[in-house]
Amino acid sequence: MSAARPYDVIVIGAGSVGTPTALFLAGQGLRTLVVDRAASAGQGSNKEAIGGLRATHSDPAKIRICLRSLDIFAAWQEQHGRSLEWHKGGYAFAAYTAEEEATLRDLLVTQQAFGLNIHWLDPKGMLEVIPDLNPDGLVGGTYSPDDGHASPLLAAQAFHAEAVRAGAEFRFRENVTGLAIEGGRVRGVRTDCGEYAAGVVIDAAGAWGAEVARMAGLDVPVRPDSHEGAVTEPVARFLEPMVVDIHPTDTSANYYFYQHATGQVIFCITPQPSIWGFDQRETSAFLPMVARRMVRIMPRLKNLRVRRTWRGLYPMTPDGAPLVGWAREVEGFLLAVGMCGQGFMMGPGLGEMLAHIVRGDLAAKDREILELLSPYREFKGMEKLK
Amino acid sequence: MRPIETIEVPVLIIGGGPAGLSAAIELGRRGIETLLVDDKHRLGGKLVLQTHRFFGAAALVWAGTRGIDIATKLETELRTFASVRIWLQSTALAVFSDGRVGILAEGTRYVLVKPRVLLVTAGAREKSLTFRGNTLPGVYGAGAFQTIVNRDLVRSADRLFIVGGGNVGLIAGYHALQAGISVVGLAEALPECSGYKVHKDKLRRFGVPIYTSHTILSANGGDSVESVTIARLDKNWKVVPGTERSFACDTILIAIGLDPVDEFIRKARDFGMTVFAAGDAEEIAEASAAIFSGKIRGLEVARALGRDVGEIRKEWYETAEILKSKPGTTTPEEYPEGESGVFPVLHCVQEIPCDPCTTVCKNDLIHLRVSDIRSLPVFAGRGEGKGCTGCEKCVTICPGLAISLVDFRKDPEFPTVTLPYEFLKESIETGDRVTVLDTGGEKLEEVEVVGVRAIKANDRTVLVKVRAPKAIARRIAGLEVQEGDVTKPLARYVERTADDTIVCRCERVTAGELRSRIREGARDINALKAVTRACMGSCGAKTCTPLIHRIFREEGVSEEEIVDQPKRPLFMEVALGLFAGSGDGAEGGRP
Repeated sequence: MSAARPYDVIVIGAGSVGTPTALFLAGQGLRTLVVDRAASAGQGSNKEAIGGLRATHSDPAKIRICLRSLDIFAAWQEQHGRSLEWHKGGYAFAAYTAEEEATLRDLLVTQQAFGLNIHWLDPKGMLEVIPDLNPDGLVGGTYSPDDGHASPLLAAQAFHAEAVRAGAEFRFRENVTGLAIEGGRVRGVRTDCGEYAAGVVIDAAGAWGAEVARMAGLDVPVRPDSHEGAVTEPVARFLEPMVVDIHPTDTSANYYFYQHATGQVIFCITPQPSIWGFDQRETSAFLPMVARRMVRIMPRLKNLRVRRTWRGLYPMTPDGAPLVGWAREVEGFLLAVGMCGQGFMMGPGLGEMLAHIVRGDLAAKDREILELLSPYREFKGMEKLK
Repeated sequence: MRPIETIEVPVLIIGGGPAGLSAAIELGRRGIETLLVDDKHRLGGKLVLQTHRFFGAAALVWAGTRGIDIATKLETELRTFASVRIWLQSTALAVFSDGRVGILAEGTRYVLVKPRVLLVTAGAREKSLTFRGNTLPGVYGAGAFQTIVNRDLVRSADRLFIVGGGNVGLIAGYHALQAGISVVGLAEALPECSGYKVHKDKLRRFGVPIYTSHTILSANGGDSVESVTIARLDKNWKVVPGTERSFACDTILIAIGLDPVDEFIRKARDFGMTVFAAGDAEEIAEASAAIFSGKIRGLEVARALGRDVGEIRKEWYETAEILKSKPGTTTPEEYPEGESGVFPVLHCVQEIPCDPCTTVCKNDLIHLRVSDIRSLPVFAGRGEGKGCTGCEKCVTICPGLAISLVDFRKDPEFPTVTLPYEFLKESIETGDRVTVLDTGGEKLEEVEVVGVRAIKANDRTVLVKVRAPKAIARRIAGLEVQEGDVTKPLARYVERTADDTIVCRCERVTAGELRSRIREGARDINALKAVTRACMGSCGAKTCTPLIHRIFREEGVSEEEIVDQPKRPLFMEVALGLFAGSGDGAEGGRP
């Protein structure tokens, strides 16, 4: 290893998870280095995220992490001065069939048990929250007013700037080529530009997380599928919550859209069957697929002009929940991968917990809840409404 | 909501300008099924804005004919071929990874086209420039100006200032004068205009001052342009203090060059499609070059589809290169000797690809010095054989307005000089006193107009005859059109203090904002974009990307350090309902 003073922690990946993690590590006085092959923060899948932030999951660990993330996003501008374009517009899952109603009501029980502010709205209630929703056949839906959305682009840059201010170092345009492991213990990271020593290495490489884990000899069940998203021209505010339609069709599962602080509507759809792999090239199927469904559920959207499309990766796990925790095989190697497309909303909350994990001072309640995300858990089927 | 259909075609051509039309004609001749899409309401691309007569080779690309008429000729020929389908007002929006091209067809329906071969002839877009007040109403591109004035026949300005001395800027100035708009001046940053000398000379003769080694400092005014401030540049491109000058004007044209519309080609190549490009989309050059490269590319497309097109001659590729040539050597003007008979004076002293004058003389008296259309023409008629008859054909056809005819036959002391005059015939009449000028615009004398006629056979080009003393007759190259007063600078120069140099017009991001991020260390345009919103507007970063690179250069950052943002669809914003397959309205309800 090089003679340079070793770091306490090296984070691989300056994305949705790695960047805020660096902020909390450095904030707790740990000498932190982040390595990423891109030229700046958030250039992997972070910038592909559409910006939704919710705690209304069904997995207790995700709920806990995202509640903390929401606090961080909501307080950010006041604490740090920079706007993340956070808007507490809520989330609304619309139901048009009895089956959808049953699914949503089922989840509601779990979500309310965790104290989440989410409730069932009848059609009239739904139309009060989303006046432009198509009323034909509307059965109702769930509404969680404390959820919201923010700009992933601004967030990555802001987390990076604050992390640097807190003392974290970032090395961009460096490709991690291997890990230094001695006696079953991680000693540092090798890149195409040099070697850096550290007692702890965090794998926050997102869609490429399995590749990094393999450098430690680990085989983690993370593989990406891809979803396309798009943004429209800006218009005056007409829509508060993120609207989610869980109705499956032949070619797609759920899709969702919201109006960003800039007035632009941002949307994304889950193709069915999933498109596995790293291909991020634009497909001709996406716009017709999503436009048809969006215009049906909200006819008013038909006149809104689409500005740009993109395709991002969802690093999936077998059960739709992340893999977080120390590797048993290699001491000092900490996994924070498999965010399943929710890295943006989990990043800050998880980053704070990772810093506590590294320091060994994680609250008992958190320790208990993080067991649910153990990379060594038994995978029992996909979470509903991932 | 109807399903979005996919149409399979052997050839899809994006862009019905000179290159696309020429290529489509070659494909049509061979009966190859072709779909040509163009976003405008008529074919011809930028040819329809070009009211001036074209340069190039008369036999190959209709040199000597007005651009707009070339468009009609090409379209007329193309429409005879049943195998070519034409969609107007149809914009290509994206090239997808499955080889389909998304098209907003005829402005009303979204279709996917899957071609076996894609030919991109989408032309060019104008480069923008950063200076204070650069988004004041009244600042726009020379191409936009030509669209408004020449196509839409709207006189959008009274007093015009032009930035950029390439052919586009020089010709825009000429078009403005023809439309009755005063041209206050033209600034060019280089020590010499890069456009053709004949274009520059025309402007100078019409009384337009050309400020070489000058840059624009600001557009000034409250709600719209009221004046422009320019200043001289030193050898290191720095403004020389004390040389600032302002001119009253209501419009500033930016004509500093073009960038190829190459996003479709790049995507198609990335996706492994069989793709060709021609015209400006491939390489910025004259329209004559686009016509010829389109013709060649049409044959190459046919060949890519397995058609036997024979060997495409090597000389064609050479000609294509010649037509793209930048101006060559300029030699000092020499006047022919002799004070009897009649003969043309060729005020053409710069090597450019152009030959119409050599094709119209019935006695074959005008030749190129060497057999290359870039060489200068010479009049060889003073020797044996049939001499010049004074038919005026060479005067009429020269697109550079660089041939005059001197006739000593009636009066050896006061010969008659025939000059081309591309203004309304009604604006001049026999008996008028006019100031005549030499090639470069120097005033010679006031003389009498002795004849005005329009040549019907040559698109009603007006020829003016003046009677002039023999001492100056040969030097006369034009008539003064614009009086000098409009070109005078203001008594004091106007300094614009507001820091409103806009780089990203869509999101109103200033140069200062980007510069400070770059000084903080930003090298990734993605990061600049995330923080400032530059590149995130409706234009798809088409305008600001080159400007951001320019700011990086000014800040001493090398190209290798800069990381570009990925280019993503859509090419143009389109209503969501069209992708849903709705034309006029979407039905409600769930599937």
